[in-house]
Amino acid sequence: MRVGLFITCLVDVMRPEIAEAAVALLEAAGCSVEVPMAQTCCGQPGYNAGDTASARALARKFLAEFERFDHVVVPSGSCGGMIRTHYPALFADDPDLRTRIDAVAAKTWELTAFLHDVVGIRSLPGRFEGELTYHDSCSGLRELGVQKQPRALIGLRPGVTLVEMKDARACCGFGGTFAVKYGDISTAIVDEKIDRIKASGAPCVVLGDLGCMLNIEGRLRRNGDLETRVLHVAQVLAGDAVPGAPASVEAAVPAAARAAAAAPGPAPATGPATAAGTETAAGRAGTADAATPTDTRPPPESAAAAIPKER
Amino acid sequence: MQVQSMHFKARAGQKLADVRLQQNLKILSQRWTVGRSNAIAELDDFEATRDEAVERRNRALANLDAWLERFEQEATARGATVLWAETPEEASRLVVAIARKHEVRKVTKSKSMVSEEMALNRHLEAAGVQVVETDLGEYILQINDNEPPSHIVAPVVHKSKDEVSDLFARVHQRPRLTDIPQMTREAREFLRPHFLSADMGVSGGNFLVAETGSVAVFTNEGNEGMCTVLPPKVHVAVTGIEKVLPTLEDLATVARLLPRSATGQSISNYFSLLTGPRAPGEQDGPEHMYVVLVDGGRSGLLGGEFQDMLRCIRCGACMNHCPVYQKIGGHTYGWVYPGPMGSVLTPSYVGIENALDLPQAATMCGECHVVCPMKIPLPDLLRKLREKQMERGLRPWRERAGLAAWAFAAKRPALYRPLARLGGWVLGRIGRDGGRIRSLPMAGGWTQTRDLPAPSGPTFKERWAKQRH
Repeated sequence: MRVGLFITCLVDVMRPEIAEAAVALLEAAGCSVEVPMAQTCCGQPGYNAGDTASARALARKFLAEFERFDHVVVPSGSCGGMIRTHYPALFADDPDLRTRIDAVAAKTWELTAFLHDVVGIRSLPGRFEGELTYHDSCSGLRELGVQKQPRALIGLRPGVTLVEMKDARACCGFGGTFAVKYGDISTAIVDEKIDRIKASGAPCVVLGDLGCMLNIEGRLRRNGDLETRVLHVAQVLAGDAVPGAPASVEAAVPAAARAAAAAPGPAPATGPATAAGTETAAGRAGTADAATPTDTRPPPESAAAAIPKER
Repeated sequence: MQVQSMHFKARAGQKLADVRLQQNLKILSQRWTVGRSNAIAELDDFEATRDEAVERRNRALANLDAWLERFEQEATARGATVLWAETPEEASRLVVAIARKHEVRKVTKSKSMVSEEMALNRHLEAAGVQVVETDLGEYILQINDNEPPSHIVAPVVHKSKDEVSDLFARVHQRPRLTDIPQMTREAREFLRPHFLSADMGVSGGNFLVAETGSVAVFTNEGNEGMCTVLPPKVHVAVTGIEKVLPTLEDLATVARLLPRSATGQSISNYFSLLTGPRAPGEQDGPEHMYVVLVDGGRSGLLGGEFQDMLRCIRCGACMNHCPVYQKIGGHTYGWVYPGPMGSVLTPSYVGIENALDLPQAATMCGECHVVCPMKIPLPDLLRKLREKQMERGLRPWRERAGLAAWAFAAKRPALYRPLARLGGWVLGRIGRDGGRIRSLPMAGGWTQTRDLPAPSGPTFKERWAKQRH
């Protein structure tokens, strides 16, 4: 089965390990994974801002790049929702294109929905263990009906305990540019989500959308919580099948916690060159080709801090 | 009512900082959501009832003019007078004229959001008529310097019991009470003389039934009956033209959804079907009955991309379940209708340019669409309003420039890929200390209260290109 991976623009830049986990899962499920390199963005930022012309242009671009696959898989409910539910509406007045858009939309899947509903994966690659709680991101849940699938797949991991938080389906307050335009409202909403996460007692929240992850993690860190893990469901499901990826909640030490642990003494976490490790990393980045992004994170403090590395 | 929606951002900030309001909203949003969820669970087939109700509402709207005329015929045949108002102001003038005609000095009012659109109290008072709100929530607001309602079903939802205790003690000049039944009794003592001395009662109308010419009203306190049936000479019902239903059967279907979606009740405590004035030989009812039908922008939505909005039955489920409403309350929205339905109605009725924040201040989580008994696609309608703002050049230049730059790059892979690499690298550099970006130009809305987690390494495309090709 030929599967095209739609990385999503956010995962590509901010959390490439999510796409690596998605590839590991799809390959473990027997799919042949291809990544069209010309892909960019699904067009959702324009669509939600009222710029339908650019959303339409990007939908056509997506069509050209992904029409040839048996299936298209997206590690995001919101980009998946954009393609599956909103693309067809964008071409209501163009019957020829609409037929093709409908076809590609119908074979585009959010990652867990694909693994569970389409290929019916029975066993997961790699290892992962620990206690976690699951947040239902809005678009995946309400536009695509993704709710049982991630939970069922997490259930395939014997070492993982899923503790449900209260109101798991309540919005985290991200909402794309809403989080920037109405930062104070967005923050009040995510604070409530964080209260629920903490009340669950789980040291880790797992979800299927990177935007929501950045929102929740960003607020946790700003409030001084360097420990609570915020992971994508793909990372839990692929575990250490991705070389160097953590095999447990415990090992998935957040970058902020690693930096704090690396800092000598109770030095403040801000300011230039707080840790030798940071300097080393910065130095490495500095000597590399300026246009080549380098792993800028400090090296692991201990063996427990398993960091996914470039292969 | 005067539009204050342009102050959305400033008001939101004030409401977020109001600790007491935050507590009140938190308690209530829990109560509403749990209540609704329990109430719809007791229906054998909620989804089928909902589909049927949507179909019945759509049928009414498809021939709205015909059903309204039928309503007028039937109501007139039963002795009521039906009046039409193109604008809320015109509707107020009609009600003032009715009051003058019948030499009315005092009006008791049952709850009506359309009368808020009309700013009816202000108009009546300007004409020398005393107005007494008799819905307990509306009464509380009226004695608190005519504060506007913050919710369409529970107008005083933003206030705690303690705040009402203080207000009653101050305005009623009585010892401060803290027991809700006692407080209600006290309000009743103050309201009772008004019921007995009013010349005219004003109510809203949840629905109009075309085949019988009736006005249907759902309430929980029963004071509506004191305004419409019991003592006054004159009853005036004011409502929007979209509220008409062809038949009693339609009403029965919709009635199964309204209280359940609104307050989590299977049926409201009181339900009145008001049909014409007191006929010869009848024991109760007003001597004169008027129905004022208000357009106020509604006909402008007919036949267009916002027609779905006209199905709205004003249950408030969308705001009860809205993460944004739950944080900022109803006053922030700046006009009569708050929450998701208000964010569609306000720009539609008072002008897109007068409520620019409303369609934008939504996370698009979609819960409003999920809970709406009329299946109104509220997120889609909000998005359409965003399109209109964009088309009319009503967005700030920085936002338009940012979008244009994003779209330009996203359409050009050869440009996009190096830009993504560079962007990721720059963010990685800024966040090299612990993977946390604490401030970022143009993203202050984010970084003021949150870190932006930094990229965890080179882009996926770079990794993939290295590994597989």
